[in-house]
Amino acid sequence: MFATLRHRLHESFVRWAVPVRAPEASPIILTQRRVYVLPTLAGLSYGTALIVILLGAMNYNLSLGHALVFLLAGLGVVTILHTFRNMALIAISPGRCEPVFSGGIAQFAVVLENQRADARTSLRVFIGDGDPVEIDIGAQASTIALLPLHAPRRGWMRVPRITIETTWPLGLVRAWSYVVPDLNCLIYPAPAAKAPPLPWSGDTSRGSSRDGRGADDFSGMRDHQPADSPRHVAWKAVARQQDGPLLTKLFSGAAAQQVWLEWNELPESMDTEQRLSILTRWMLDADAAGHAWGLRIPGLRLAPDNGTMQLTTGLRALALYPDGTR
Amino acid sequence: MARANRPVSRRQAWWLLAGALAAFLPLTQQVPLWLALAAGAAFAWRAALTWRQWHLPPKWLLVLLVIAGTVGVFMQYRSIIGRTPGIALLVVFLALKLLELRAARDAIVTALLCYFLVLGQFLFTQTIPTALLSCVTVLITTATMLAASDDRPAPQMQLRRAALMLAQAMPFMLLLFVLFPRVQGPLWGLPQDRYTATSGISETMSPGSIAQLSQSDAIAFRVDFKGKVPPQSQLYWRGPVMPAFDGRTWSIRQTLGAYPDVPYPVSGPAIEYDLTLEPNGKFWLFSLEMPGNLPPDSALTSDYQPISRQIVRNRTRYAQRAFPETNAGINESRAMLRDALALPSGGNPRTRALGAEWRIRHGEDDAAILVTAQDFFNRQLLIYTLNPPLLGPDLIDEFLFDSKRGFCEHFAAAFVYALRAAGVPARVVAGYQGGEVNPVDGYLVVRQYDAHAWTEAWIAGRGWVRIDPTAISAPSRINTNLAAAVPSGEELPFLARTDLTWIRDLRYRLDAVTNGWNQWVLGYNPQKQRDFLAGLGLGEPDWRSMTAALAVLCGVVLLGLTAWTLRNRRRVDPAFAAWRRFTGRLAAHGVVWHSWEGPHAFAERAAAGIPTHASDIREIAAQYARLRYAPLPEDGDLERLRERIAGFRP
Repeated sequence: MFATLRHRLHESFVRWAVPVRAPEASPIILTQRRVYVLPTLAGLSYGTALIVILLGAMNYNLSLGHALVFLLAGLGVVTILHTFRNMALIAISPGRCEPVFSGGIAQFAVVLENQRADARTSLRVFIGDGDPVEIDIGAQASTIALLPLHAPRRGWMRVPRITIETTWPLGLVRAWSYVVPDLNCLIYPAPAAKAPPLPWSGDTSRGSSRDGRGADDFSGMRDHQPADSPRHVAWKAVARQQDGPLLTKLFSGAAAQQVWLEWNELPESMDTEQRLSILTRWMLDADAAGHAWGLRIPGLRLAPDNGTMQLTTGLRALALYPDGTR
Repeated sequence: MARANRPVSRRQAWWLLAGALAAFLPLTQQVPLWLALAAGAAFAWRAALTWRQWHLPPKWLLVLLVIAGTVGVFMQYRSIIGRTPGIALLVVFLALKLLELRAARDAIVTALLCYFLVLGQFLFTQTIPTALLSCVTVLITTATMLAASDDRPAPQMQLRRAALMLAQAMPFMLLLFVLFPRVQGPLWGLPQDRYTATSGISETMSPGSIAQLSQSDAIAFRVDFKGKVPPQSQLYWRGPVMPAFDGRTWSIRQTLGAYPDVPYPVSGPAIEYDLTLEPNGKFWLFSLEMPGNLPPDSALTSDYQPISRQIVRNRTRYAQRAFPETNAGINESRAMLRDALALPSGGNPRTRALGAEWRIRHGEDDAAILVTAQDFFNRQLLIYTLNPPLLGPDLIDEFLFDSKRGFCEHFAAAFVYALRAAGVPARVVAGYQGGEVNPVDGYLVVRQYDAHAWTEAWIAGRGWVRIDPTAISAPSRINTNLAAAVPSGEELPFLARTDLTWIRDLRYRLDAVTNGWNQWVLGYNPQKQRDFLAGLGLGEPDWRSMTAALAVLCGVVLLGLTAWTLRNRRRVDPAFAAWRRFTGRLAAHGVVWHSWEGPHAFAERAAAGIPTHASDIREIAAQYARLRYAPLPEDGDLERLRERIAGFRP
């Protein structure tokens, strides 16, 4: 009950505290208006202790006791400033976010830049209730915080509110701020755990021309081309001849044929997400085997090819279906 | 707060141990030996835990130890509240908390306990060395708090940061110290053990009691004379008056204030002074004879001893006027005079006979008897010494006729006894005589070794007349000081010796510093605060004006510190700064540089815009480009660019 109330209060505070409509233009600078400071539990105990010391000093007429409590009170004020200073005027800009499959953990990269000539220490950055990432930023340097977040659905995932907080140096007060940088992560559909085998479409593709390039038998090497899969780079050969060109291993075999991954070949009973999931699985399998593959989904036709580019384009189309199809 | 639950690291544990040691060590003298040893053992255990990375002791064991410690403290003091038991309990908690460092939260608790122990130390002593020592403790404890929050920096870095933060806290401390409205304690009843026994003049005087005081160089009080310091022979600081005698010991009779104000008419010139009395654990206030006014909250006994209404437990300062030429007690009551004639039955037959003989010789003339008595003391060639022989039951007789060696209490006792034997009312007055002017701050310092006893005799028409029998035999005691009066070779307190001038010089300085400390830091009470602030021009300071001044000044300091906080020291590349000056001049001519524009591209555009300076512009741009982008710019390139730009006037 209290937890809910606390949560509700917190949320209304946040709505008041993040005045800019998300996402914010970058870089987001943590100006003094955006940094909030409140004592921590330790800070409250410290304050209570000071009151007790003051009462003791008054009762026993201890001048040095007064001096002690006043010094510690001054320290309390100074630590507010130090904690605040540790946070203020950090510039935050969105980094990048590698796409992940749905159900995985997206790693949002946020760049925190410190333009000041002294370092920032022990900042904690986290999303929602997530585990904080602890970072330092050197003098006039920047640090990237990788914030993990569970990705439940395919498509674009916008980074939610990010909290940055610090209790450095004494742990008595906590300074914090909220930012919502313009940072999105592409979430691919989760590959189906159980999927039908790759849909070889009948006889044409199963031909056995020996000169076809496939993945079965090693048949020689040629210069590396950017579209070649990194799996097929002859790393050993590269390692032998230092600074030499990258070479790609060539294979011959039946698998050299192209495969079409078709939306319409899947049973009518399947819903969109299941189809996308199976297509994703096929795509990954075809790429792993080094097959050239093409994709046909409503609104998009991708010519057969292989390599990283093809895979990225295909997965992106599936992730954004039906919006991202061109 | 996930952070508060984080386990305490090894480094943090070492820090906490250091902080606890710094807080505990100054208190080792104040706690019972068993507790000091037990705490030492707990600290050693903590060190072993950290070093060997053993497991923490189980919770039930710690609970048992806390109970054992509390019971131990109770057994020791029969109480667990009050000063000493409270400190002892804090030590128990601190020592055991160290064995229970599970999370960062425990680290904060430990640090707070350390701060409490610093306060505890002040209950016992507040000297300058104590203050310096506790500065070290606070520094280490603050560094411990820093380490509890971030344990990565090296120890010297933590200490440096702690010192920086404490230095920034200093202005607040000073402002609060001066302006925070002070309240005169106690706020609630003080446990009786707050005050330990202090040495000083007591209610009684027996042979050897003042000689014993002469071995102490503790300060009794300090005096700030408004005018010139009177001659030493006038400095009789009146204390307990002792009319009662039991054959060996003189004692006071009056413990109640009889007069709320001075009952006798004063006469002659006044001597004005402020007296700062050290706590003496008695009701005694000391005044130069004869006081013309009374300190606040005090009274005069019927034998004219100024006494306080409360036991003097704190250093107190009061203003006084003395009238040395006053004749007090001209109309003394019969009862008082009867008291001043009482002698125990029997004993000291020779002195009794002497007194009876004086009475027969002079008839009713008390004044003549007084002169005869002084004459007798002079002819006896009595020797003033710190080491008189032990005396038997007839101690007055033995002193006057046999050993003839004694300290001031022997002289005073014998003189009063002889006068009473002759039927002249007389009594012993204890107090201090003399004092030493500190040339550094001009204060007269009166120490325990200035304790003295003299006598008063009552003469009809003149009242009580002071006679100092010591002065008859050893005038240098009165005119100079103790060291001049006692035979050389007798053991004196270190500070009473006069042969080491440089030490004396050093002592004067130290004492002036201590006095300043006592007057301004320790003696900064509500009264002093009002006087000081009124002196600063804060007319009629009350808590409202003080709070207002405090708020304003703290606000100013806070603003200054905030400005420092938000200062954004951004280093601007000097070449770029020069370039911006250059582009600024061109902008005045309508050619505006865009931040994305390279120097050469901009130069071409500017040269087209201002053809008259085309070559200058191109050269400056080339110089700047070389400085920015050449792999190894030559020395002096920057200066040349700056000069070139400074001389560029489109």
